[in-house]
Amino acid sequence: MQTTVDTQSSFEVTDKGFYGHFGGAFIPEMLYPNVEELRQNYLNIIADPAFQAEFWQLLTDYVGRPTPLFLAKRLSAQVGATIYLKREDLCHTGAHKINNTIGQILVAQRLGKKRIVAETGAGQHGVATATVCALMGLECIIYMGSIDIERQKPNVDRMRMLGAEVRPAKSGSQTLKDATNEAMRHWINNPVDTHYIIGSVVGPHPYPDMVARFQSVISEEIRKQLLEKESRETPDYVVACVGGGSNAAGAFFHFLDEPQVRLIAAEAAGQGVNTGHSAATTALGKPGVLHGSRTILMQTEDGQVTEPYSISAGLDYPGIGPLHAHLFDSGRGDFYSVTDDDAVKAGFNLSKLEGIIPALETAHALAVLNELPLRKSDVVVVCLSGRGDKDLSTYTKYL
Amino acid sequence: MTTSTIQNRITDLFSTKSDRLLNVYFTAGFPQLNDTRTVLRGLQQAGVDLVEIGMPYSDPVADGEVIQQSNGVSLEHGMTLRILFEQLAGCRDEINVPILLMGYINPVLQFGVEAFCRKCQEVGVDGVILPDLPFDLYEAEYRDTFERYGILNIFLITPQTSDERIRLIDEASEGFIYMVSSASITGSVSGVSDVMKAYFERIAGMNLRNPRLIGFGINNQETFDAASEHANGAIIGSAFVKHLQKNGPGAEGIDAFVKAVRP
Ligand SMILES: Cc1ncc(COP(=O)(O)O)c(C=O)c1O
Repeated sequence: MQTTVDTQSSFEVTDKGFYGHFGGAFIPEMLYPNVEELRQNYLNIIADPAFQAEFWQLLTDYVGRPTPLFLAKRLSAQVGATIYLKREDLCHTGAHKINNTIGQILVAQRLGKKRIVAETGAGQHGVATATVCALMGLECIIYMGSIDIERQKPNVDRMRMLGAEVRPAKSGSQTLKDATNEAMRHWINNPVDTHYIIGSVVGPHPYPDMVARFQSVISEEIRKQLLEKESRETPDYVVACVGGGSNAAGAFFHFLDEPQVRLIAAEAAGQGVNTGHSAATTALGKPGVLHGSRTILMQTEDGQVTEPYSISAGLDYPGIGPLHAHLFDSGRGDFYSVTDDDAVKAGFNLSKLEGIIPALETAHALAVLNELPLRKSDVVVVCLSGRGDKDLSTYTKYL
Repeated sequence: MTTSTIQNRITDLFSTKSDRLLNVYFTAGFPQLNDTRTVLRGLQQAGVDLVEIGMPYSDPVADGEVIQQSNGVSLEHGMTLRILFEQLAGCRDEINVPILLMGYINPVLQFGVEAFCRKCQEVGVDGVILPDLPFDLYEAEYRDTFERYGILNIFLITPQTSDERIRLIDEASEGFIYMVSSASITGSVSGVSDVMKAYFERIAGMNLRNPRLIGFGINNQETFDAASEHANGAIIGSAFVKHLQKNGPGAEGIDAFVKAVRP
């Protein structure tokens, strides 16, 4: 993990928490002391050798890192390029989310916090948070939209078994956005002893930067593994799905300043970008403020946040992290929208070709492979952000 | 940090009255879309000193269930900032109580900050409370625009706000300081605890240059009195929204509500 950067990259967060026009900390005064405490301390905490030692030890012995970089031969033959899968689905708990929760629980301990609150969409972040809370013996409260509680039941059961309290978010569309609102309200009501573990590169500064740093282990490993396997450190493309954008931020992180590496983000088009049932943020959104940062946001002309829709709970969010807004705005990243149907097809395709059932979120990234102008010689890394066990009830409807 | 020289109904109010001021919040377009003026009139007749009109928002993270719900209902009725300004147009012919607009920053950004300030000035709004526009960003990016149109921005402090930051906010504030009574969202606490009293006393002892109104958890005469003992008055939000939800916007009901809080 990179803790110091010697040259100021234009994709690095500024002191005030901005990536280009996006970011910042648009928070009510009630949250100011908490967020400020975090902002003043996170870099020093992360840079501390004792923190680093514990973080790496847990990533190795508990999470199971490094995760493999797998050459998917049959998929490569089908697509017509060399496709590697970065196997974040093999992390403990089944997704990349735990890279971040391990980091944040160690930060929370060093800030002397006794309780953890978190939001979750697909339940992967909730499970990853409940897991590290069990590991460290901290109380854990997870907010989850009522609709997501229905469609991601296995993860709800896992969280409960891990000792977390799962509270339904009943407002709005009862999905990830509303769970995030409730988690923020909970933090406002419990400011002193509680740490909020945000699950993606969203929220007020310093969250997007902190989460990106914890997830950057993904691209750090990709570089080393590609060097071994292909005698080159950089691929031609890195592809990842974007809900809030944490697996994408982690997969892109160490390639941000190498423009020859194309950064490909897959957003959820839901039933189609123009159907009114979509979560394709960059296609449908405009600059605005949500959950503490200025970003690209799906909203009405009057500035009310639009209810998003996606078959995948983890992508069912009306915004994206400010780093991604900046990648989009600056043209550094290419954003694709993938419909529910195409994602499901890509999920079945990978299952049958490679024996890997991907999460529905991840399936959106896989579907983009058919859209890229690939040449035979191209090397592509897809961030396989999570496994699909939690989505079986949705997948089986398509069997 | 510059101190503005804005003079308007809010600063005039505090220069003539400094004790037991009552500020009442209600959500625009609630319970019905066109109730905004009716409620405003009712509050003025009942003798409140200031009113805060809530600009409804889809994701009010600093608000509890009562205000969230009223925001949702108002939006379902089709409320927008544009409509709110239409409803307020001409209100200064009959309303002289100071008016604040309270809401979240995103609708204001989409409206355009300058256009928003211009409209506020046009219809006679005196100040705004935008909880998710942080003090530091306001100073850096927006203060000049608000001042050009004579619009005050009221800042919040909480029990967790450091003395140093309170001094900073006091220096830069004009009008009054909004003291959030406890670490909470709106409508989640009721009553004034000893911990709150200790905080009220601590702030009273700081001899700030601005008057202070205490909000969050004020819902009846007892809590109004307790707050007024330690500050220049208090703000009622959720309790009044609940009243509107139950009894509608009738002037008599509003009068009875206000008299029950401050006989
Ligand atoms: C497997 C998986 N991938 C991706 C995501 C989307 O989150 P992010 O964009 O932060 O990686 C989620 C979120 O729940 C997830 O579970």
